[in-house]
Amino acid sequence: MNLTLKIWRQNGPEDKGRMEIYPVQDINPDMSFLEMMDVLNEQLIAEGKDPIAFDHDCREGICGMCSMFINGEAHGPGRRITTCQLHMRSFNDGDTIVVEPWRAAAFPVIKDLATDRSAFDRIQQAGGYVSVNTSGNTIDANAIPVPKTDADRAFDAATCIGCGACVATCKNSSAMLFVSAKVSQYALLPQGKVEAKERVRKMVNQMDIEGFGNCTNTGACEVECPVGISLENIARMNREYLSASLSSAE
Amino acid sequence: MKLNANIPSGPIGEKWGSHKSSIRLVSPANKRNIDVVVIGTGLAGSSAAASLAEMGYRVKAFCFQDSPRRAHSIAAQGGINAAKNYQNDGDSVFRLFYDTIKGGDYRSREANVYRLAEVSANIIDQCVAQGVPFARDYGGLLDNRSFGGVQVSRTFYAKGQTGQQLLLGAYSALNRQISKGNVKMYNRHEMMDVVVEDGKARGIIARNLTTGEIERHGAHAVLLCSGGYGNVFFLSTNAMGSNGSAAWKAHRRGAMFANPCFTQIHPTCIPQSGEYQSKLTLMSESLRNDGRIWVPKDKKDAEAIRTGKLKPTDLPEEKRDYYLERRYPAFGNLVPRDVASRAAKERCDEGFGVNATGQAVFLDFSSAIQRYGKTEATQLGISNPSKEKVIELGEKVVASKYGNLFEMYEKIKDINPYKSPMMIYPAVHYTMGGLWVDYNLMTNVPGLYALGEANFSDHGANRLGASALMQGLADGYFVAPYTVGDYLADEIRTGDIDINSEAFEKAEAEVVERIDKLINNNGTRSVDSFHRALGKIMWDKCGMARNAEGLKEAISEIKALREEFWSDVKVPGRKDMYNPELDKAGRVADFLELGELMCLDALTREESCGGHFREEFQTEEGEALRDDENFAFVSCWKYSGEPSKAELVKEELTFENVELKTRSYK
Repeated sequence: MNLTLKIWRQNGPEDKGRMEIYPVQDINPDMSFLEMMDVLNEQLIAEGKDPIAFDHDCREGICGMCSMFINGEAHGPGRRITTCQLHMRSFNDGDTIVVEPWRAAAFPVIKDLATDRSAFDRIQQAGGYVSVNTSGNTIDANAIPVPKTDADRAFDAATCIGCGACVATCKNSSAMLFVSAKVSQYALLPQGKVEAKERVRKMVNQMDIEGFGNCTNTGACEVECPVGISLENIARMNREYLSASLSSAE
Repeated sequence: MKLNANIPSGPIGEKWGSHKSSIRLVSPANKRNIDVVVIGTGLAGSSAAASLAEMGYRVKAFCFQDSPRRAHSIAAQGGINAAKNYQNDGDSVFRLFYDTIKGGDYRSREANVYRLAEVSANIIDQCVAQGVPFARDYGGLLDNRSFGGVQVSRTFYAKGQTGQQLLLGAYSALNRQISKGNVKMYNRHEMMDVVVEDGKARGIIARNLTTGEIERHGAHAVLLCSGGYGNVFFLSTNAMGSNGSAAWKAHRRGAMFANPCFTQIHPTCIPQSGEYQSKLTLMSESLRNDGRIWVPKDKKDAEAIRTGKLKPTDLPEEKRDYYLERRYPAFGNLVPRDVASRAAKERCDEGFGVNATGQAVFLDFSSAIQRYGKTEATQLGISNPSKEKVIELGEKVVASKYGNLFEMYEKIKDINPYKSPMMIYPAVHYTMGGLWVDYNLMTNVPGLYALGEANFSDHGANRLGASALMQGLADGYFVAPYTVGDYLADEIRTGDIDINSEAFEKAEAEVVERIDKLINNNGTRSVDSFHRALGKIMWDKCGMARNAEGLKEAISEIKALREEFWSDVKVPGRKDMYNPELDKAGRVADFLELGELMCLDALTREESCGGHFREEFQTEEGEALRDDENFAFVSCWKYSGEPSKAELVKEELTFENVELKTRSYK
């Protein structure tokens, strides 16, 4: 396959940035998108040019590090995949492919396609945990049975990989899907219930501080989420938040 | 030089308990003045950093990824072992200990392994308390499954994403301590060197990967939780950034490297499809609970399948060779990884491979789909279900167990594994070798510790499935937080570490010099081209099967490649900004030394054990031939300027609680 790539280049957070055009030849349709980027970078290095910086690590769809906005979609065409799971067979010979970084005020560009997503870490630090110390004497793991449906739903929410596709996709750059996944996981489990109110308040507050936008229920985040986090979680978080706000202060 | 493993005296079941109660403590007031640096935020690093911070130490944690949550533990699929005996199938601490020692082909240290088995149950309790959503049955209790090399069901899991869920649990504990100010987190930072002063680890030199800035961090103890070095092979199931540099830097500063040649080649990975391939993807071992491995009995059929003339589903049962079930009836498809990998290689080398390259075997779920479908139909009260109904019901059950793995396979190969068997081939997955540590997980450099995959201690020559997660969390939650105190009790009068000392100055100058050398080298070849070349040498000559001649060749080839690297590598860009090529160059430079040491280790270990298979040492049936008389020791290597001139120090292994036997899974 021969392709034309239009890729966002930005030499640091202060640089204005621009699109640049790179032709690539003889791309194997079984390559992943990132392997195609490797080929391009090898080519650029050989030509004495600056290779394109992009985040990636596990290359099997679980670490959440890869983050390209391809042809106007987070992680490119195809559903329930990360960029590393996108294969070149999804494109046609002769295609022009536009590649941009995640674009959101809360995710400043570091270089080219790599962005700073530490805002997500700070939201988790605000309350995304159960306050239990390491002890070795917590109660036996089977002491509290958890209904299978609750455990399964908590698991589904907990599979969020923290990539930020939801934010990049949302016209408001809202992080509601991400935050609600964590809130839901804990709200559904007995271990998380103790701190549920405090948690949702703190996490939503931090989300606002970081400069993420509001949710207007368009649902684009759910469509683009590589692991299928459901919009239901946002509804659950809103309910949790409302009930936390209405109950008297602790 | 003599190594002291500091194993407590007494019967094996009492060692850890009595050691823990006699270990020295550091008072809360003193902990506030003690700095601990943790390198890596996978299961071992996150859990250690969180636990030490809870105890009151001042902790700094470092990861090269953009968030601690992305460490490669996240990708572990199948599960975590624990001797809970929830299934009432005869499991016990001793049995987990025994299985691990035997699975490791009697090349691990009894006392460490027993402790691992002892604390395993605590890990599950801890994780559940943190809100880790393990799989549960309809009664709301935790579910289990089986892994290779064992005959009980002791593996806890969260679909095929157990590592993710456990890591996010540890990450949440870490976040809690970060929010309290007890841990200072350094994302996108790489450890460049360990600073050793007066024989003790006193801190690290780190590089901020975003700005290129070089930083000094003083510490009273340094914990390396930096994972394994499987990426020395270029193609492996490790993440692209996984590297051996932190361990290698420690080795160069005097820490012994133990059993470097013990590499685990995982039997069930998606085969390589082309030269451009950047990594290999694992298909969890848990699939062998229900998947049956086969190749055609007849070479002609294999060839017809390779060329696409015959569909695997059209080959009748009697023409299939379920070679694991044939060779190892007692364990069948659930033999340990090293055995399964070698058996696949043997069939493919004989010409029975089933993909275009001839380097693949089938992993087939059709029997499981049938079996589950029939059971499900009975439970639903459907008498005489149609064939289609059985398949439909069976596929649902299989999807509930392995859904995400099947999806992952389909995304990569564009083949639906419910309808056509998966094609798999072994790939480098884990390194049992690592930094030598004593019972306290301290290397031979005082104050320098190694946890998780970065150390060597628990898995011998072969790791059992679902034991890596167990070891990472055992070390981080339940071992190091106690044992570190024993050393730090002597450090309460030290005061803050002076980062302007000569040792720090010198270490930093060396780091800067090396970076300058890389960035100004102006050669013609990319970093990746060297990494690929190294990987090929390692895979061909120090991979699934090794021999003396090949290993000797490999050593000289690696040496030559390393020289070429330093004269001809081309690293683009600048050192004072985000530059992933520069990061990679430093890691590959270290792999080019480590690879040589691995070959030397493989050459001197003149026996076959676990993942280390020397062609010269095998039985008539092609099974590994261990030599307990001459090789029941840990090979510990001391750096002496050149990897292949490293000095060998032996830690003899004594077995008081298990009898050394030929490992048989027949």
